[in-house]
Amino acid sequence: MAANEARLKRIRWRCRRGTRELDALLGGWLERHAADPDSASLQAFDALLDQQDPELWDWLMGHARPPREDWCVIVDEIRRHAGLAR
Amino acid sequence: MAAESYKVETHQYDVVVVGAGGAGLRATMGLAAKGLSAACVTKVFPTRSHTVAAQGGVAAALGNMGEDDWRYHFYDTVKGGDWLGDQDAVEYMCREAIPAVIELEHFGVPFSRTKDGKIYQRPFGGMTTRYGEGVAQRTCAAADRTGHAILHTLYTQALKHDARFFVEYFATDLVKDPRSGRITGVLAIDLNEGTLHYFQGHAVVLATGGYGRAYFSCTSAHTCTGDGGGMALRAGLALQDLEFVQFHPTGIYGSGCLITEGSRGEGGFLTNSKGERFMERYAPNAKDLASRDVVSRAITMEIREGRGVGEHADHVYLNLAHLGADVLHERLPGISETARIFAGVDVTKEPIPVLPTVHYNMGGIPTNYHGEVVQKVGDDPDVVVPGLFAIGEAACVSVHGANRLGSNSLLDLVVFGRAVANRCAELVKPDTPHHDLPKDALDPALTRLDKLRHANGGTPTAELRLKMQKTMQADAAVFRTAETLKEGCRKIDEVYSGFGDIHVSDRSLIWNSDLMETFELSNLLAQAVGTMHSAEQRPESRGAHAREDFPDRDDVHWMKHTLVTVDDQGQCSFAYRAVHSNTMTDEVATVPPKKRVY
Repeated sequence: MAANEARLKRIRWRCRRGTRELDALLGGWLERHAADPDSASLQAFDALLDQQDPELWDWLMGHARPPREDWCVIVDEIRRHAGLAR
Repeated sequence: MAAESYKVETHQYDVVVVGAGGAGLRATMGLAAKGLSAACVTKVFPTRSHTVAAQGGVAAALGNMGEDDWRYHFYDTVKGGDWLGDQDAVEYMCREAIPAVIELEHFGVPFSRTKDGKIYQRPFGGMTTRYGEGVAQRTCAAADRTGHAILHTLYTQALKHDARFFVEYFATDLVKDPRSGRITGVLAIDLNEGTLHYFQGHAVVLATGGYGRAYFSCTSAHTCTGDGGGMALRAGLALQDLEFVQFHPTGIYGSGCLITEGSRGEGGFLTNSKGERFMERYAPNAKDLASRDVVSRAITMEIREGRGVGEHADHVYLNLAHLGADVLHERLPGISETARIFAGVDVTKEPIPVLPTVHYNMGGIPTNYHGEVVQKVGDDPDVVVPGLFAIGEAACVSVHGANRLGSNSLLDLVVFGRAVANRCAELVKPDTPHHDLPKDALDPALTRLDKLRHANGGTPTAELRLKMQKTMQADAAVFRTAETLKEGCRKIDEVYSGFGDIHVSDRSLIWNSDLMETFELSNLLAQAVGTMHSAEQRPESRGAHAREDFPDRDDVHWMKHTLVTVDDQGQCSFAYRAVHSNTMTDEVATVPPKKRVY
């Protein structure tokens, strides 16, 4: 199996979170971006998934900003897509 | 035979825990702290377990905020469970709540504090003082992330005590010694490497959570597929009280995401298509603040009688706009965002579309208060299954009876996680040698794995899952009747037999979500069948099981636990266990059954 493909499959599994809300938001981002498994943003997303659920929720709800610029881009995209901001 | 072509690595531990939510982690750390070698096998990283979603808190009669007594907590839990809970187990939970929560504090859970440094406690539905007279402040919370704080703390403690974690390993089946029939371990797939592993233990602890995803509208995360319940059924064990499924009244229509009860506490109210505040008719005193089961039934009646809202008239509205943006922001943080994202509404201007949504399984793998799995053998309803334990939502101790109170679920996890560790320390001597298993002991599990991996029928997993979820939603719903349940049994049996035609598209063993979801579907389906058929068998209304055609509780005939087995053809068999009406000690008296009014 190509390394890219295995990574994409791993990322898909790791979109399984502790809450239904995060499953939907993170899983939604992956569906929109899975077509390009080489992209830098997918790599950033991979690292983002290692963060704790309450942190992810605070970032996605706009209560705090992620510490990495590439995570901010992902979080902002999810927020826009969810009709939350900008 | 296919099973022979698989290479399986064996790992031997004193105890093997499956699942790393609150219950599994509490057990794992407790076992390791007692000097036992413990392995915890989990399909997702521990702090991503569904326990994360438990924000409310954990109940214990510490009395930090005023008068309280574990006996009051005991009374509330028995009454909340509509007299289906085993009173000895309820006594154990409410009494042990106090040391269990103080231990959590010592382990480092950052509980919110009072000014003088004690654990802060808040009121919660159904929690009273003096046997229903006053309002108890009993629920300990770590801000709004209690579940996560508990997971994080217990995981850290478990690592400190040298427990071993096998993260992103998917357990498929229990393994039995074919000579003795004793459970000796589990077979699991390492999702990262695609390799197979047999975890052998003198005891196996199932801490795998509930099966909320058997329903279309549920508050559960994707991962809540009741894997331990499925494994137990396949091992020929009976599950208990599956018909008792708690609905939360305000899940967002379409997405299932939860709108907290606090929204009604702050003045939110429900309306139907005529704009009526219908709760006034169903609960003249408590109105929108009536208990979960009462509000869920009222919503269902409104929809049933044609007063639902929306294109299909199949939900109702939760109104918060009158509270104003400031109150919403200050007292109900996160609700505006949740409603915006998952309902697409602006709560300061529009109501939120909601409907009763599956939230918790009171039923599960039957255990005693040590967490030991029990089965009915002949006339003895409490025969221990040697070497097998179950805890948390996967189990049915039974402490929640027919209806669970808020903040008793986190309590259940830590009390019985701890109980299992204590029990195993009594039963298992550290580093006791393991018996060799006959070569073919793994064959049933390997054969099943191989069969599902190469399943080449015509029905995609997602399609059959959706059929199951729609069937459960329609016919094992808030209200049940003989007709809907009969129809539901016919339909769910049909879905079950559809599993023979399942199609898995990915044949690999590495990060194979399709295959894992097929294993999960098989676990969900067996419990869905057990739930529907158990519900059909019970002609009374008790707690979460509401029969329109039998509106009253029938203590003479039905104050007993349902035991159901589901064979590999999906055929159910039933037996019953008497409720333990006795308490464990003479420090608290049995609560005799009476009408449950709030």
